Amino acid sequence: MTQSRLLSVLVDNKPGVLQRVASMIRRRGFNIDSLSVGPTDDDTISRMTITVHVGRQQAEQATKQLAKLIDVITIDDITGLRNVAHELVLMRMQAPPGERTELLNLVDIFRGRIVDVAASSVIIEVTGSAEKIDNFIELMRPFGIKELARSGVVALVRGDQARIRLMDFAIDGDEPPTEPSRLQGVAGDNTGTV
Amino acid sequence: MITTRTDQRSSAAASTAATPDGLAEPPRMLTGAQIALESLIREGVDTIFGYPGGANLWLYRHLPDYPALHHVLVRHEQGGAHAADGYARSKRGSVGVVFATSGPGALNLVTGLATAYMDSVPVVAITGQVSSTAIGTDSFQESDVIGSTMSVVKHSYLITRVEDIAPTIKEAFHIARSGRPGPVLVDFPKDLQAAVTAFNYPEGPVRRRSYPAPPRPDPAKLRQIAELIKGAKRPVILAGRGVLIAGAEEELAELAHQAHIPVGWTLLGTGAFPVTDPMALQMVGFMGAGYTNKAVCEADVLIMVGMRCDDRVTTRLDSFAPRVEHLVHIDIDPAEIGKNVIPHVSVVADAKVALRELNLLVEPKREHAWLTQIDQWKEEHPVRFTNHTGLLQPQQVLEEMYARCEDEAIVLADVGQNQIWAALWFNYRKPGLFLNSGGTGTMGYAFPASMGAKLANPHKTVFCVTGEGGFVMNMQEMATMVENNIDVNVVILNNSSLGMVRQFQDDFYDGVRSAVDLTFTPDFVKLGDAFGMKAMSTDRLEDVGPMLDEAMAHKGPVLLNFNIDPNANVYPIVPLGMGMLDFVEAS
Ligand SMILES: Cc1ncc(C[n+]2csc(CCOP(=O)(O)OP(=O)(O)O)c2C)c(N)n1
Repeated sequence: MTQSRLLSVLVDNKPGVLQRVASMIRRRGFNIDSLSVGPTDDDTISRMTITVHVGRQQAEQATKQLAKLIDVITIDDITGLRNVAHELVLMRMQAPPGERTELLNLVDIFRGRIVDVAASSVIIEVTGSAEKIDNFIELMRPFGIKELARSGVVALVRGDQARIRLMDFAIDGDEPPTEPSRLQGVAGDNTGTV
Repeated sequence: MITTRTDQRSSAAASTAATPDGLAEPPRMLTGAQIALESLIREGVDTIFGYPGGANLWLYRHLPDYPALHHVLVRHEQGGAHAADGYARSKRGSVGVVFATSGPGALNLVTGLATAYMDSVPVVAITGQVSSTAIGTDSFQESDVIGSTMSVVKHSYLITRVEDIAPTIKEAFHIARSGRPGPVLVDFPKDLQAAVTAFNYPEGPVRRRSYPAPPRPDPAKLRQIAELIKGAKRPVILAGRGVLIAGAEEELAELAHQAHIPVGWTLLGTGAFPVTDPMALQMVGFMGAGYTNKAVCEADVLIMVGMRCDDRVTTRLDSFAPRVEHLVHIDIDPAEIGKNVIPHVSVVADAKVALRELNLLVEPKREHAWLTQIDQWKEEHPVRFTNHTGLLQPQQVLEEMYARCEDEAIVLADVGQNQIWAALWFNYRKPGLFLNSGGTGTMGYAFPASMGAKLANPHKTVFCVTGEGGFVMNMQEMATMVENNIDVNVVILNNSSLGMVRQFQDDFYDGVRSAVDLTFTPDFVKLGDAFGMKAMSTDRLEDVGPMLDEAMAHKGPVLLNFNIDPNANVYPIVPLGMGMLDFVEAS
């Protein structure tokens, strides 16, 4: 059984990192559904949010293989956690001046915005879950979509506590960690199958 | 900022020995090439295998200024990569170093890097690259070396600033040799080799937040494993190359002897455990000994240490260890845990540390019935060969060779039948070095790698066992061997065919022999002669011993061609698609 896994990955902001991550995922035979990269509040670190389509067992392998890349600082599988996972879509819609009302109503319902108005078209921006955006696109189709650009997912887990705090990675002393870290995985311990 | 060095005469300054750290002398201004070479010395490098070309000529310009760096001019960059690999594999703690120029030179390293990557060998490749200003313009001999090698290196760097050279090389060595070792590539643009900056070698250990040290073994898991061993009725240990990399041979033997656990090994784990030990099984898997496969299939507790458990080990996955109640996997790489088989208990740690700490918890015990059963299987399924033709058998040659190894010689094997025969006939009474390309199965590996092994271990005898097919794949290195008088004894098991492929075709592909005939192979005695390499040939058993003796007495490389039975096959073997217990034995 395959499913989408949502991975939140912090990487060193260095040239070639995106290629290393993408190439690792491809080489191990996984499929990327979506990938987005951007800097974090620390400009030496970028966050990648990756959706891969894999089975549970494979997801663990994908995660561990990515964790092994030297530029990957940490990786967190946040699938199924209470998270905010949003995409953004920009759509240039056919919208002659007299026929805009219904369109604008729908944009309002989806809490979207008109970000550009031209003689016979408008650009709409909507953010939200993949599902919400899928629905919105379907509703827009009859009006005539002239152009569409959709981002990958960016996500954070809800709540007060940061899942991965950058200060966790401050380097002090040479002592190797004594506690096995989250990534030192215990793949399938006690699952009982060989 | 890049300043181009114009006055090359002042390089004399660089050849003065590095000032001891701590002295308040102003840092020396050096070119990028000098900095790289000085950095290699700081990393303990004494030997470099390499090949010059337009994009690394500044390195070669300064190489003669550093007599501490012995450069070996290989005759093909692939040979250089394998030689660096052989150097590193045979000398624990060392890192093999190879130089190549941009474009074709660098691309010729790819197979060697892949070989080192699969078998976790620490190698640092320094490739010349076109000038940083020319990158991306398809300039002469430009290729995307970082991109081309990305999936076969542990990590790689493109140097973009002259100040980064020393820290990058330091980090490259750290990454190559630490954790699960592997090859690291440093792509070094030509203009930065000539640029000048102050040389300061970074002090102290390398720290990168994204590259943590391997964890210490989890004590709770170790206690759990000790309990499992205590309760085990049919325990088996399998050892992989991780045991050799970690230098955990003694700890492994202690565990086996303390709790009387039979030990088998993977192809790459050959040498980790004495073959003659009462607790020794043999190689496991696809071409492993029947009794090892039987033991693994009957085991209730199976402990895998420092191994990947690939398909050569498991054969058909569902046939692997079907009766195991507790599968234990110890490996330094978390990604190996659960990749091919899912363990019940896993420990992510260096094998030596894990076994040492486990040994403190394991109580003495002995399962008499199990050991008796194993002895019975050993009798029923000995590793043996038959001779129906009266022709020279490869195993006879190997028996003569191993009789002269005295548990000390370093043996390299190439790929194919020769590799499996050499592994199964390896007979040491103590741990030893048996080196081969087990992961990628790179034909042409052993001969150049044996140069590296000999240069790293000048006082040890080195044997290189190879097929004639694999030998000719890198035979240009004869020139390197002769030039440097590298004392390697090459044993060619010549069956006038691509033997392993021929055997597969005979047994699994309807008996149709296709593109495996190697009748047109050079006369190796004349070939040796042409290269100035001592060479001998025979097809008679009585010549084998004397030829080996003569080769060993000779100070320098020797080529020994043994024309063996062209139909000799590897046994046991598990037919393709079959399971562990379906092994076919010599009849
Ligand atoms: C570079 C490379 N090409 C092809 C193969 C496939 N292959 C595996 S074994 C083998 C035959 C090797 O023949 P030879 O070197 O004569 O050794 P033998 O098996 O006869 O001992 C071949 C072609 C390989 N392993 N490596």
